[in-house]
Amino acid sequence: MLAPFDAASAAPLLSVEGVTLQYKTPDVVVTATRKVSFDVYPSDRFVLLGPSGCGKSTLLKAIGGYLSPVEGQISLKGRAVTGPGPDRMMVFQEFDQLLPWKTVRENVVFALTASGRATQAEAEERARSYIEKVGLAKFIDSYPHMLSGGMKQRVAIARGMAMEPDVLLMDEPFAALDALTRRKMQDELLRLWDDTQFTVLFVTHSIEEAIRIGTRILLLSPHPGEVKAELNSVPPEEMGTGKQSALETRINDMLFAHH
Amino acid sequence: MTDLVSFRPEILREVHSSDAPVVAKSIGLAERIYRLGFVRKAFILAVLALAWELYGRWLGNPLLFPTFGQTVEAFVGNIVNGVIPQRMLVSLQTLVIGYGIGIGLAALLTTLAIGSRIGADLLETLTSMFNPLPAIALLPLALIWFGLGTGSIIFVLVHSVLWAIALNTHAGFRSVSNTLRMVGQNYGLRGLKLVRLILIPAAFPAILTGLKVGWAFAWRTLIAAELVFGVSSGSGGLGWFIFENRNQLETANVFAGLFTVILIGLFVENIIFATIERKTIRRWGMQH
Repeated sequence: MLAPFDAASAAPLLSVEGVTLQYKTPDVVVTATRKVSFDVYPSDRFVLLGPSGCGKSTLLKAIGGYLSPVEGQISLKGRAVTGPGPDRMMVFQEFDQLLPWKTVRENVVFALTASGRATQAEAEERARSYIEKVGLAKFIDSYPHMLSGGMKQRVAIARGMAMEPDVLLMDEPFAALDALTRRKMQDELLRLWDDTQFTVLFVTHSIEEAIRIGTRILLLSPHPGEVKAELNSVPPEEMGTGKQSALETRINDMLFAHH
Repeated sequence: MTDLVSFRPEILREVHSSDAPVVAKSIGLAERIYRLGFVRKAFILAVLALAWELYGRWLGNPLLFPTFGQTVEAFVGNIVNGVIPQRMLVSLQTLVIGYGIGIGLAALLTTLAIGSRIGADLLETLTSMFNPLPAIALLPLALIWFGLGTGSIIFVLVHSVLWAIALNTHAGFRSVSNTLRMVGQNYGLRGLKLVRLILIPAAFPAILTGLKVGWAFAWRTLIAAELVFGVSSGSGGLGWFIFENRNQLETANVFAGLFTVILIGLFVENIIFATIERKTIRRWGMQH
């Protein structure tokens, strides 16, 4: 097991301080989140959990640098986030996140070379190793339209990991998959994490997925999103025991509690 | 109720996929031939040629309507004596210049249009103003500005190409999914690099449609414009060839000229553009 956590000495990798996010629709300005604060430490599997409309995806996009907070600050390794960049790779929910005009291998290689994270030769090497890791070696020269939804998400994960970002941002990456595939992908993600212990920030609206994937779970309330709690998840070896269902019930009660 | 449940035993079976009957069966020869696009098209062309030949013979008036055989004869004769190839060269040269300038201007306009709001408004306004305007209607003006000759033809060509390509490319850029844009930005791509590496390939189906429509417009406009003023320079194009022969009542030659126009059209559409399509958007699964 990991050493006991010492908040005083450890420096957060990603810190979100009092972030309020707003976006404009044609008639109104919507506040997506209000004064959200949390810290993510290296090798965390940090889950943002909440019902739809709690601004969790918007929050992730802000961390990705796609929109800037109206209040508060987001900083990665002590530096303020100002725009999108390859140090925070996104894995989206949509299947069309792969470039359709590039093969699986080219998709990963292009990400590495276009962002200047690796030279051509290095990128080829890394692409092959990560594509093998997600079990798609056979499909390395296929175009995305020949792959199933689950395979496309695997490629997106391989691409994200190959970039070796400071933090991998995953925006409900398994939400559009069927239940069986989703379950398989969750296990695969955990297996990949065991390998390299990358830091991941994962957005979901499924309590079960949050407990399964996360080490730490941030609960957000809807309209606008505010932090309700930050909980520790159940370790993998205690999955399926009473602890898991107890946590599930606890989160359920917190999310649907009447005010 | 409980009785029904207990009476129905559960069924468990071993699945042997290895001794399953053949799943895929090859298709018969006749159907395989029918599936080849060029075979079907060649058949249609043969039927059309036959109908043409029969009607020409039945009419028996080569001055009004020469038969397919006479047309082919005139076509071959004019190729052998070098008239058609030379006229074709003149036409294609003018076309390539006009098409090229049109593409360049369209690229400039769409770059402005995706770069800023006012650029987009400019493109939309210009397109809605000039797209419906037939290129031929600009001929009289072009004549005043550029005189008789290639300059005027290129001017109307550019006009006919520009709006179709700009309109399609701009629509293509706007329909690129937000996710793909965000992916590009995630790689740290900005500005022209984002356009070149993400937006252009992502919008390629629409851009290719624009290029095809632009080409068809250009070809049509070119022949029409040459009919009117391929006159001045001693070396006219195909349009002028058609016009000249009509004046001399060499109807078979007129047909041969039209035949050449059609053949070039078929070649560009079915060989050049079809090859580009097969190697790009079909291979990428962006079009089926």
